[in-house]
Amino acid sequence: MTIIRFLKESFKTVLKGNKWYYSWLALLFVLILWGGSGYISQLMNGLGETNMKDPVSWAFYIGNFTFMVGVAAAAIMLVIPAYVYNWKPIKEVVIFGELLAISAVIMALLFVLVDIGNPIKMWHMIPFIGKLNLPNSLLAWDSIVLNLYFILNLTIVSYLLYTYFKKKEYNKKFLVPLMLLSIPMAVSIHTVTAFLYNGLAARPFWNSALLAPKFLASAFCSGPAVLLILFQILRKTTSFKIKDEALFKIAELMAYAMFINLFFFASEVFKEVYSNTEHLVHFKYLFIGIGDNKDIVLYAWTSVIFSFIAFLLFLIPKTRTNFITLNIGAVLIYIGVYIEKGIALLTPGFTPDVLGQIYVYRPSMVEIQTTVMIFSIGFLVFTLLTKVAVAIIFEDLNIEALEKKRKKV
Amino acid sequence: MSEIKDKTKKMEVSRRDFIKTGALVTTAAVVGGCGISKEEFLQQHFKELTQEDVKNIKKRLETEYEKEFGKKFSVSFKEPIPQTLFGYGLDISRCIGCRRCVYACVDENNLSIDPQIHWIQVLEMEKSKGVNFHHANLHYDREKVPDDDHFYLPVACQQCENPPCVKACPVEATWKEKDGIVVVDYNWCIGCRNCMAACPYGARHFNWKKPSYIDPKTKKKSELNEDTHYLGNRPRPQGIVDKCTFCVQRTREGKYPACVEICPVGARKFGNLLDPDSEISYILKNKRVLILKEELNTQPKFFYFYAT
Amino acid sequence: MMKNYNKYTVILVSLIGFIFFVTSLNSSSETKEQKKTEPIKKKQKKAIEHIQVPPPPFSEDIFPCSECHEDMEVNKEKRILEDAHADLIGEEIVLKHDEENRWCLDCHDAKNRDKLHLADGRLVDFKESYRLCGQCHGPKLRDWKKGVHGKRTGSWNGQKKYLLCANCHNPHSPKFKKLKPMPAPVKLRSK
Repeated sequence: MTIIRFLKESFKTVLKGNKWYYSWLALLFVLILWGGSGYISQLMNGLGETNMKDPVSWAFYIGNFTFMVGVAAAAIMLVIPAYVYNWKPIKEVVIFGELLAISAVIMALLFVLVDIGNPIKMWHMIPFIGKLNLPNSLLAWDSIVLNLYFILNLTIVSYLLYTYFKKKEYNKKFLVPLMLLSIPMAVSIHTVTAFLYNGLAARPFWNSALLAPKFLASAFCSGPAVLLILFQILRKTTSFKIKDEALFKIAELMAYAMFINLFFFASEVFKEVYSNTEHLVHFKYLFIGIGDNKDIVLYAWTSVIFSFIAFLLFLIPKTRTNFITLNIGAVLIYIGVYIEKGIALLTPGFTPDVLGQIYVYRPSMVEIQTTVMIFSIGFLVFTLLTKVAVAIIFEDLNIEALEKKRKKV
Repeated sequence: MSEIKDKTKKMEVSRRDFIKTGALVTTAAVVGGCGISKEEFLQQHFKELTQEDVKNIKKRLETEYEKEFGKKFSVSFKEPIPQTLFGYGLDISRCIGCRRCVYACVDENNLSIDPQIHWIQVLEMEKSKGVNFHHANLHYDREKVPDDDHFYLPVACQQCENPPCVKACPVEATWKEKDGIVVVDYNWCIGCRNCMAACPYGARHFNWKKPSYIDPKTKKKSELNEDTHYLGNRPRPQGIVDKCTFCVQRTREGKYPACVEICPVGARKFGNLLDPDSEISYILKNKRVLILKEELNTQPKFFYFYAT
Repeated sequence: MMKNYNKYTVILVSLIGFIFFVTSLNSSSETKEQKKTEPIKKKQKKAIEHIQVPPPPFSEDIFPCSECHEDMEVNKEKRILEDAHADLIGEEIVLKHDEENRWCLDCHDAKNRDKLHLADGRLVDFKESYRLCGQCHGPKLRDWKKGVHGKRTGSWNGQKKYLLCANCHNPHSPKFKKLKPMPAPVKLRSK
């Protein structure tokens, strides 16, 4: 019966809040509705409402998907330093990491869903009921690991919050293996997603053995960037306590990750530029443009420059330990990786296409709307989950307190 | 206190709105899926269909198409001819780039006119640069062809022995048949387009919208070909991938593909690779052939050759 | 020796194939179904005849040549004809086919005006003009016989229809004329 109580109380908590909370939710709803109207027109008229065409057959949606997988993976990988450095609020760090992971995976899955041309036949992907092409298709693997990862994190978080709610100690034998499992799972979702591109011999831009390591390195930048800002917000608005040192440590780790990411990037650029084979053409499209087609060049350089500035900000102890430069760095990294794992990963892979033809892709209004819708849904899910988690962990929402209150009345 | 209550109410309103929108979106999803029938929704994978299923699907599709296009269709399920492995030859020294094949293919295979789908893409390349896609022009627009400084390379599905698209498909909606043709079950495809990313030849095409057979410029309605094959040229739904099937509806009946029949210079050759006396076997034995992107180990059964 | 051997096998096999074909016509539909699933037998295949589709491409009212030429005296002196046949087909026949070395009577027979002749003088019907062309274009003739040069239509595993050299190449000016191409595909643009 406690479980019903738990759900009921969680639901109640979600509905309560101050005016900032309500305005935030209202904003998200408005954005969901606005974005949803675009998505509905896509559902009605097909993916022709997007600017994807045969030469660029995956674009904005799948770019966002890739980025979100990175965020989801990194959110959990942050658990490792939390253990290694034995941070005080380890449980809290784990829980909020998990919540971020859950929201990011939901967004990732939604981005795949909206990219599917025939969503009504999605049941063909359900194992045993449909016909999953294993072990051949990387997309089949990706759908499996993402869904498992989602279920795993959902289980861990619900179990943790539920035991807190019951004011009981969690069962270590049950939880610790799951938590440990979530770490290789986090690595696997991003690796499999990288392999999805990596395995395509037809696309030389992605067919590089560095792709998966690069994915992990960049995810180790973007995921913590989100958490860095989140922890500060939580610290200000709730009784969540995390030492400055822990935040600076995260930033330091991000600097190392960013260094590896930039190093990988430089290695790829060297290999392509020096060997100067016909595969260079995709890098050319990305950083110089081909002919008059320079749409993406600005984004590409923004990404590289932002990433490099953030790297310096996080490397230099003085700027790393200053909250203004720290937050600027986090935002720069977020933007840098968002571009790198999104549009700057997808379109150069497809441009020029396999027959050397150039179609300049830029997202259509419907694609932007649908993306806004999914981001808003993701933020909404994350807000609501965080609201419940904060209440249970810091605001004494548990069965004992509730009983006490009732007795008082 | 009352303020909070008010807000709660407001919240509930927007929550109701949200649920309503959710329901709307779901309904739209079903309608957007072209309001497909229960039978179609639940149809099993092609390789698991019983004889009975095949009969029912054939009937269902034929009625559906007749209703939609106002003429009788036949949807064949004809299986591969035993001892047959199809191969294709294209004489680069002959092709003049006239694009007759492109449009014969459109007509034969009921390809969407709007948005435009061409299974054959004719590339114009500079003679001095050889077969190089980075100097290829798909959109050449000349008064007369062939141009003296250029040669022409039509590219369609290469019917690989080792097809990367088949490997990529997450739901086995595409596979290689016994006669070597790579086919798609349009009713099983979910439209994820992983196969398109995997294909090194740009041979796979997506129906971004429901295929329309009216020319957007001239408003002329094109006549559909009613002799269809389930895995070939039957009218396609929206949101799935299609591709060249060597005209499976023709070739399994012993006929040549439409592009072979139309080619004004006889540059296109087709036949059975297992038959040592076929035209294609003669080409492999006596001519110098090239396959596209052989370094990818896709092992195409589409051979370009220079007869002269 | 080898060639003769091949010729006889072809004839023999054709004969067997023909008998096979006739008997198969009489057999019940059931056995026909069975046969469909069997691999194509060599014998069956060899029996396939090639069919010439269009007749030699004569301009209207120009054949038989003898209709006009019978009563004309033959001038066997090699020369460039002026306005050759322009009155008949509306346009002058200009020889652009090794014209330095050849002229009309190298191919057209001077005595039998409705025939062509080979280098050794043997007469050839217009329906078999490929024998004449093959005298110079040996490898092309070989490819053509195999169906690799020129156009084959019909059935890849059955009856094939073929065209004569002259159906595609104007024998007096065999190089292909340029063609107007069909429209280029629509250029894709982002909305």
